[in-house]
Amino acid sequence: MSRRDYLLRKFLFSLLTIFVVLVINFMLFRVLPGDPVRSVIGRNVRISAEMQASLREQFGLDKPVFPDQFFATLQQWAGGNLGVSWSLRQPVAEVLMSKLGNTLLLIGLGQVLSIVFGVALGLFAGWKRKTSFDVGSLTFSLIAWATPTFWLGIILLAAGSTWLGLPTGGIVSPQNVGKPLYTVLPDLARHLVLPTLTMTILYLGEYMLIMRSSILEVLSEDYILTAKAKGMSHWQVLWRHGLKNAMLPIVTMIALNLGFTVSGAIYIETVFSYDGLGKLFHTALVRQDYPLLQGAFLLLAVSVIVANMLADILYTTLDPRVKAN
Amino acid sequence: MAESALLRVCNLNTEFIIPDKGPARALEDVSFEVHPGETLGLVGESGCGKTTALMSILRLLPSNARISGQVFFKDVDLFGLSEKQMRAYRWRELAIVFQGAMNALNPVMRVGEQIREAITLHGLMSSSEAEMRVGELLELVGIPKERGAQYPFQYSGGMRQRAMIAMALACSPSVLFADEPTTALDVMVQAQVLELLNDIQQRLGLAIVLVTHDLGVVAEMCDTVVVMYGGKVAEYGPVDVIFNDPQHPYTQKLLESFPDLNEPTDPSTDSRQVLASIPGAPPRLTEIPPGCRFEPRCHVRIEKCKTESPPLMDVGENHLAACHLLK
Repeated sequence: MSRRDYLLRKFLFSLLTIFVVLVINFMLFRVLPGDPVRSVIGRNVRISAEMQASLREQFGLDKPVFPDQFFATLQQWAGGNLGVSWSLRQPVAEVLMSKLGNTLLLIGLGQVLSIVFGVALGLFAGWKRKTSFDVGSLTFSLIAWATPTFWLGIILLAAGSTWLGLPTGGIVSPQNVGKPLYTVLPDLARHLVLPTLTMTILYLGEYMLIMRSSILEVLSEDYILTAKAKGMSHWQVLWRHGLKNAMLPIVTMIALNLGFTVSGAIYIETVFSYDGLGKLFHTALVRQDYPLLQGAFLLLAVSVIVANMLADILYTTLDPRVKAN
Repeated sequence: MAESALLRVCNLNTEFIIPDKGPARALEDVSFEVHPGETLGLVGESGCGKTTALMSILRLLPSNARISGQVFFKDVDLFGLSEKQMRAYRWRELAIVFQGAMNALNPVMRVGEQIREAITLHGLMSSSEAEMRVGELLELVGIPKERGAQYPFQYSGGMRQRAMIAMALACSPSVLFADEPTTALDVMVQAQVLELLNDIQQRLGLAIVLVTHDLGVVAEMCDTVVVMYGGKVAEYGPVDVIFNDPQHPYTQKLLESFPDLNEPTDPSTDSRQVLASIPGAPPRLTEIPPGCRFEPRCHVRIEKCKTESPPLMDVGENHLAACHLLK
């Protein structure tokens, strides 16, 4: 099978998965309790039955769930219309988009840092196996991995704000809103330190552990001995022959994490009052804002699927054997 | 033996430190010489230290190994070199073809690139010259040079082994270690690979140290044989002498356990040729007996064998054997 066929198949499979997600997403919010019309007009407002019926008709809720409502909803979603948030009275797509950038910034920074440090730490620990460095970083990683997100966040928040004078929450200090970029950027960076650190520590442990076991396995392979027999130094062996092979399991994990970190950010963003998707999801959940939740679920599912597809594509360039199987 | 030896292994001792079990003596006082253009066979059962001997010479053993003795390559004591100096000898002078090239090639690197890397690593050529050389090497072992752009998984088992040989020849080494190069291959491919090694040796004049447990391969390929048992040299000499007049009981039994194609079964008597086997198993390296290591399995043992380890003795021209009965 050629690489194109492989990728095409993966792409079609992703589309199918997205469709299944759409169906579940559609059904889930129709079996949940609550009356959409009531929610829109508010519980205590007295309103005539005729008025309610006409609203129901306006929303298309008088029609059967399948096929009419289903296809109408699909059509709307396809057009980028995810409905209107009950609590914010704004289109869901617009709300999601406005918070996406902030979250991507946090996740991006946190993931890049945890990948770089986690992989480096794991690589070095595996190479220097059974030394105090190995034991030390292994212990640290296990603790970091097992620590609850919100707890670590709160501890860092307390420590960072008390001793380092870092801001306790938000993205930009109120007095700096609307100021030129050179004033905003340092302020933004200060706000990002603690949430990013939290995310880095949380994921670093996981990457380190996987990388360590992966490189240990790779270092026992025959081709590593070949590389040494060629006269390569330890570093050359590790860099040229060890790293790429050991990275293979990491790539899958990175891709999966990138999808899930959006939801993982819920804790961090809530603790640090960081104005991103995670905090938005939390708000939507607390306020039972179903359209917003529905949009959020959709975004999450799609990001996990897309991340998976990216992993598959990356895999074909990292591991030539994938194309053949 | 002659002074012009390319590689001289003198009293090589290797032991592995195993936690809670004490040291495992993998090699004891192993000595042999390799001359230019010669093929030396290292034979013995599994676990007798053949591969360990090669790895000791190349200093590629894991960190729990303790090596002593001397290995001279053209009068340079390899054990006296720093790790960095040693690296310059690996592959450049002493290249190795591993057992089962299935896994000895990096699965995610193109075969040509893996060969090229060996050349450029030792700074022998520029990148573009090395590219040419890779093509030549592949064709030397009968692989179309275009296939250098492929990955190992796209090769058959025999091709991988040949690619491995091409890689080993990349720096025109003086000595080629071949560690059971044909074990994982089927008989037809085995023959091809051996023929290739023979052909290359004749063309390039390099010395080969062939590790094998296949006496047929030894008879066909080697000039000199080192028979090893339990980490020691049991017998050492020219191949025709060893095969026609083995002195050590182990060598005798080893040869008996090998089918003789020149004296096949006589169909008229219908007596099937029953191959001899040696009862028992080689000694555990952590529990080496004080006397001769072969004593528990020996068919001609005497009282002395239990307590005293026999030294290697001269039993003929260039022929050494370690047995108390040879006096």
